[in-house]
Amino acid sequence: MSVEVQHVNKTFGSYKAIQDVSLKVHSGELVALLGPSGSGKTTLLRMIAGLEVPDQPVNQDEGRILFFDQDVATRSVAERQVGFVFQHYALFKHMSVFENIAFGLRVRPRNLRLSNPQIDQRVKELLQLIQLEGFGNRFPLQLSGGQRQRVALARALAIEPKVLLLDEPFGALDAKVRQKLREWLRRLHEQVHTTTILVTHDQEEALEVADRVVVMNHAKIEQIGTPEEVFHNPASEFVIDFLGSVNVFSGRHFEPSPEAKTDGAKVYVRPHELQISKESLGSASISAQIQRIQRAGTSAKVFVHTNNEQNVRVDVPIHEFQFMDLEVHQQVFITPLQSHVFSPEYTI
Amino acid sequence: MSAMRATQIRRLPGFGLTLGFTLFYVTLMIVIPIAALLLKASSISMEELVETFKTPRVQASLRLTFGASLLAATINTFFGFIAAWSLVRYRFVGRRLIDSLIDLPFAMPTAVSGIALMAIYAPTGIVGKHFLAWGIKTAISPLGVLIALIFIGFPFAVRTMQPAIEELELEAEQASASLGASRFQTFLRVTLPSLIPAALTGFTLALARALGEYGSVIFIAGNLPMRTEIASLLIVSRLDENDIVGACAIAVVMLASTFVLLLTIQGIQWWIERKTGRN
Repeated sequence: MSVEVQHVNKTFGSYKAIQDVSLKVHSGELVALLGPSGSGKTTLLRMIAGLEVPDQPVNQDEGRILFFDQDVATRSVAERQVGFVFQHYALFKHMSVFENIAFGLRVRPRNLRLSNPQIDQRVKELLQLIQLEGFGNRFPLQLSGGQRQRVALARALAIEPKVLLLDEPFGALDAKVRQKLREWLRRLHEQVHTTTILVTHDQEEALEVADRVVVMNHAKIEQIGTPEEVFHNPASEFVIDFLGSVNVFSGRHFEPSPEAKTDGAKVYVRPHELQISKESLGSASISAQIQRIQRAGTSAKVFVHTNNEQNVRVDVPIHEFQFMDLEVHQQVFITPLQSHVFSPEYTI
Repeated sequence: MSAMRATQIRRLPGFGLTLGFTLFYVTLMIVIPIAALLLKASSISMEELVETFKTPRVQASLRLTFGASLLAATINTFFGFIAAWSLVRYRFVGRRLIDSLIDLPFAMPTAVSGIALMAIYAPTGIVGKHFLAWGIKTAISPLGVLIALIFIGFPFAVRTMQPAIEELELEAEQASASLGASRFQTFLRVTLPSLIPAALTGFTLALARALGEYGSVIFIAGNLPMRTEIASLLIVSRLDENDIVGACAIAVVMLASTFVLLLTIQGIQWWIERKTGRN
């Protein structure tokens, strides 16, 4: 089931939440909508679900939301057959885990409803899928956050949705649980292959889980691409800035390579794209002094202060760092191995 | 020693003081008066108590008191829910005014309520005379008692359900819709059940108030023995007749049944909370 959004707008009062956004999600794909809060990603997801209505389009073929080439704009959320998972679970607290999952099956019109034994069977399968067998009789308030979110996911999957929509599903969980659930979600997706759209503000989560990442900012899409594409070929300053930490140099002080016109432009270099050395490696090298070294992690984070008064972070893989014998206050040179240049004419 | 320290650290400061105060207060204001009543009643022999309970007049008054109170509390819970729902969920002109009007029966002296109700529902009153044309007596009748009990219990039902409705998760309703439920199914299966604890509390408070009501009922009821005489009025008239034993006997019956009733509702609530893991 493919999902297509064509030139959709959404305003709340005078606030533009979504501005002329178009997007196509292919059948069976897992796409992440990634952006800071207020970028419009949740609004877009809620419009796809039918929980939010897009603005009335000016032209007829604009402002459409298609499920498998069928316009669903006029259909209610109940008719769209989407599985929606909320950040704060939105479980029915007065119902057992079993009844929560069975809910979507029990509210079907009588002629489409499964028999009770069939519903039992289906719920048991889902409990197994979310690894919560034996929890059917518990109530939501007796579960941990991670367990609750898995129940919410099973409840959404019970109706065999055409599209699965996840709104910051792991946002309320602590880091360790989030990491585990993220991996679990990816495995689950490979099992069930439901077209899935995931909203997140966590770039690591998006890059790790999704087939494609949609980076959003200020009600617009900045870039769509595979995790490798958006990470290694960021289309804009915003994208590179949002996807992890980055050092920004002014082009006037810094010429990473002779062919790049850097005058008046900004040069972005990620911490791991800088090399640190005790001697200059050529014209691209900048002299700097080490301010602080943070050794915990897979790479050492070396914070340096350049001669032109800039604070720069350099990540050195820990096995290399061990042989470099670096110390605080030492004078060193930093040299970019790779860089991303954005000047006004380069900006998309 | 170390175990004692640990428990002390776990508690919030002021535990001993606040618990001590609570116990002192409950004892002084509730336990002692009730104990006095029971002490007085203990001078009555069991036979006398049963004898008093058996008199038709006492039985009729207890039936009326409990029957009308339960019915009034039920009606108040139902309409209180509708009122609370519209006050929370909709924005309309005059919402604030209606919101503050609801508290009026709380604040009015009960005698004033009684006179006001009498003015309206009496056979010559603006509402009463129209009902009388249909052959319905809205005053000097059990219906009059019911009307008065509804009047004074209504704010309790509204005020307990209002916050519960405010705290309803909108997302739970959206989740229900996304799972294919119609609006009616959502209301019936998701919204209403999550309001049951609050509705039960509202019901209990309205009921408790109705059981003890005196001032607003005595005017509109007309106090016909066997027909429109509530238990608290019967107690007062027994006292007037200097029949302290009789008054105490009725009071003890009232006290015991009220206590059992409230305890039962508490039990139901406790069971719901325990079942769904709320405590």
